[in-house]
Amino acid sequence: MSTISDFLNKNARQSVQDAIAKAKDNDSYHALLSLTEERALERADAVDRGEITGKLAGVPFVVKDNFLAYGAPTTAASTMLETFNAPLQATAVERLEAEGAICIGKANLDAFAHGGSTENSAFGPTKNAVDPTRVAGGSSGGSAVVTALDIVPFALGSDTGGSIRQPASFNGVVGVKPTYGTVSRYGVVAMASSTDTIGTFATTVTDAELVMSIMAGQDPKDMTTLPDFFTATTDALVGLKIGLVKECMTDDVDVEVRARTNEYVEKLKSAGHKVEEVSLSMLPHSLAMYYVIVPAELSSNLARYDGIRYGHRAQGVQTLAELYGKSRDEGFVTENKRRIMIGSYVLSSGFFDAYYLQAQKARTLLINEFNTLFSHYDVLISPVAPTPAFLLGENTSDPIKMYLADMMTVPASLAGIPALSVPAGTNGAGLPIGVQLMGARRSDATLFALARSMEAK
Amino acid sequence: MATTETLSKYDITIGIECHVQLATTTKLFSGADNDARDKAPNTVVNPIDFGLPGMLPVLNREAVNLAIKAGKALNSDIARVSRFDRKHYFYPDLPKGYQTTQMYNPIIVGGYVDAPLEDGTTVRVRLHHAHMEEDAGKLTHFGDYSLVDLNRAGTPLIEIVSEPDIHSPAEAKAYATELYRLMTYAGVTLGDLYHGNMRFDVNVSVALKGAKELGTRAEVKNLNSFKSVERAAEYEFNRQVERLEKGERVVQETRGWDDAKQKTTSQRSKEDAQDYRYMPDADIPPIVLTEQEITEIQATVPNLPAFYREAWKGLGFDETVMNALLISQKTAESVQRILEQSDDETARRIALWMLMAMNEDAHDETTDMQQPDVKISDEQFLALSEMVAKNELSSTAAKDVLGEMLQSNDNPRTIAERKNLIQVSDEGAIASIVDDVLADPASAQAVKDLKDGNDKVIGFLVGQVMKKSQGKANPALAQVLIKKAIARDAKH
Repeated sequence: MSTISDFLNKNARQSVQDAIAKAKDNDSYHALLSLTEERALERADAVDRGEITGKLAGVPFVVKDNFLAYGAPTTAASTMLETFNAPLQATAVERLEAEGAICIGKANLDAFAHGGSTENSAFGPTKNAVDPTRVAGGSSGGSAVVTALDIVPFALGSDTGGSIRQPASFNGVVGVKPTYGTVSRYGVVAMASSTDTIGTFATTVTDAELVMSIMAGQDPKDMTTLPDFFTATTDALVGLKIGLVKECMTDDVDVEVRARTNEYVEKLKSAGHKVEEVSLSMLPHSLAMYYVIVPAELSSNLARYDGIRYGHRAQGVQTLAELYGKSRDEGFVTENKRRIMIGSYVLSSGFFDAYYLQAQKARTLLINEFNTLFSHYDVLISPVAPTPAFLLGENTSDPIKMYLADMMTVPASLAGIPALSVPAGTNGAGLPIGVQLMGARRSDATLFALARSMEAK
Repeated sequence: MATTETLSKYDITIGIECHVQLATTTKLFSGADNDARDKAPNTVVNPIDFGLPGMLPVLNREAVNLAIKAGKALNSDIARVSRFDRKHYFYPDLPKGYQTTQMYNPIIVGGYVDAPLEDGTTVRVRLHHAHMEEDAGKLTHFGDYSLVDLNRAGTPLIEIVSEPDIHSPAEAKAYATELYRLMTYAGVTLGDLYHGNMRFDVNVSVALKGAKELGTRAEVKNLNSFKSVERAAEYEFNRQVERLEKGERVVQETRGWDDAKQKTTSQRSKEDAQDYRYMPDADIPPIVLTEQEITEIQATVPNLPAFYREAWKGLGFDETVMNALLISQKTAESVQRILEQSDDETARRIALWMLMAMNEDAHDETTDMQQPDVKISDEQFLALSEMVAKNELSSTAAKDVLGEMLQSNDNPRTIAERKNLIQVSDEGAIASIVDDVLADPASAQAVKDLKDGNDKVIGFLVGQVMKKSQGKANPALAQVLIKKAIARDAKH
């Protein structure tokens, strides 16, 4: 698979044309919702004329279609925003463009990033890059697949509970969910304000780190961004203390997933790191917290889609209430509505304390437990998901089963800590399996350094 | 209408929530212009105010500073940590589907306002808290359609919530007026009531005197003048007492004020109350303040009304005059400046002129809706005052000159000379007129009476001198000279 360096100092127009041609050839995967061909070629020509320079000059990339970007509508894979053309770009996109990167298209996702398979897209599912009968994972399924299909060397995603890490695992690429606040959320359609993070897919850890280092940093437009802390380390890491989260290695977890994880652990040990089994006792409660807090926040963040100012507006209505009801009914997919209902319920008077506040208290306990673990261990390791990619349609009728696939990724989201999903081989059927490396807040560089050192092994 | 006798059986209890628009340059969470007055619809709206996807709030620090200043004027504590929450409801003037407000941890806690009443006493109204929040936009209805204007959406407000410590419509008005003074003096708001810079929600309940529990309250929303606060409270007192007298109960509801009809009307009952699904706003980190920051910001709060009330004790104003002067910070500052460079008598004289000038300026219903400002300089006022002190102008003539000064930029002496109002205090000139008057046969009887010791007739003779001098003679001097002339004659 190609890496970022393969595109540097090359004819940018050629790179963009090749990427677009490849995207079109792989149309059957339905990984992209739109191509931004015209704008991409204009920018490529500017790179070729030397007018645009930078660390990513001429490198094509793709953004998840919940990033506001020029050249195509920002749909969030929903009917609600099907025709919404953004008047501005996300900070993440702006920073990459400032280094000369060229966005060639916008990737499919679960509508408004609600889901773990990209089957909740209003425009049809994305197919797995390795086995098209299987799901791409999600919600950033399209971005994972365009990277895995080698259409572009990197693609942006958003990760609220595993939306980058799980599809990275399902398609055999690197996926980054940084420390909460590393990259500005400005211009990315909000899901859950307290766990939304902006990250990337790449074919190598080095590329992922380069992209993150460009996007990272405080943004005056997002008050939750952290002061710049992100600096890549080249120091060789020796003798790290690593904890293997035992709650993620139970019999419920696919045998081959456990086997690949154990093999990765063995490789860590051979590299001189110390690995011990540790307990994250709050992990079994994490899903319950997550599916209270995140629906609460997203029900609030989706309130603006009311058919009044922009977005889908229902026809043939008589009253204001009907306009709201019908516009939202038609503009949202079932999973959006399910989560809005849950969120509205847990925030309603009389239930707020019992659900929302209780979940936030449990979240504090989870964070405390992580802090305790990180006072003893440099890194935690676990599988990314309990299984490799499941079949298209396999879980669509059972939302609980679908939610269980997020069990291993939501703790890092709730705690705001960084987590990488890195390829760790395949199962017997050739389906990719990833492992997750988690660190303390702002230890992103350590995770990259560790993952990079293991990549060669 | 309930009779006075009936009303006297009941107590009225009032609590007031007041929305104060903060005088910031930009909105609470966006860089859009905060002054929406007289702007074309939707022209001071940016993507954040518009609620576009992916937009995030950026807290305006200037608004926080103004809230901190407000806290000083309100004798409140400033929370070291305060937070924003979201209040959800759907309405076309609310772009995000929620209002960003402070439900759980407001920035201003406790405090009180001492509101002066016309009889010279004050009522202390305790405050529960005051929180920061953003305003909504505006909806205008046109028959079968409505239009949205988001110019005001995102404007920073503080909502000051009083305890139910107010027990008469007059107290309600006094509290509202004093709040206005405090907020304008502290520089928290421009105080443009006409444009809704301060809006009052008045909660009124009545109960039989001595009752242990308060009655059911009705809330009259969105009052934008002190007068309407008082009238709405009066109306509600009557309405609620009448209901109770008829054996009916008061419904807990929101009512509107019809200024034309001077009455409140039901808008929605408590049964229609929405569930706002309050939740913390994770997009905005908590406001964390240090003692030092608070002290530094509060040190910039200028003199408040209480300072002037104390400083002007020697000026001998009654409460009506004092409160009228204090309605405008600019006037208060002017009077204080004058006082500092002159004396009590001069300051009092000029202050009363200012009051006249303010009343002159206020020619319509908006009297208490704009911050009055007298456009005459201190120097001009002092010059005018000096002319009175030196007997060059009578007090009546001074008012005449003042009226002219409000119209033109001319100095008072020029005006007085043009209008021929300067008093003649030249002894020789007046003595000659006095001689003329005394020699006039028409004065003979009076002169005789005066010589006989009937002092009262001197008024007649002074009047004659004034008449002959066309009003310009200094009457006091004329009197002295008449007495002198009579005495001189008597010697002969």
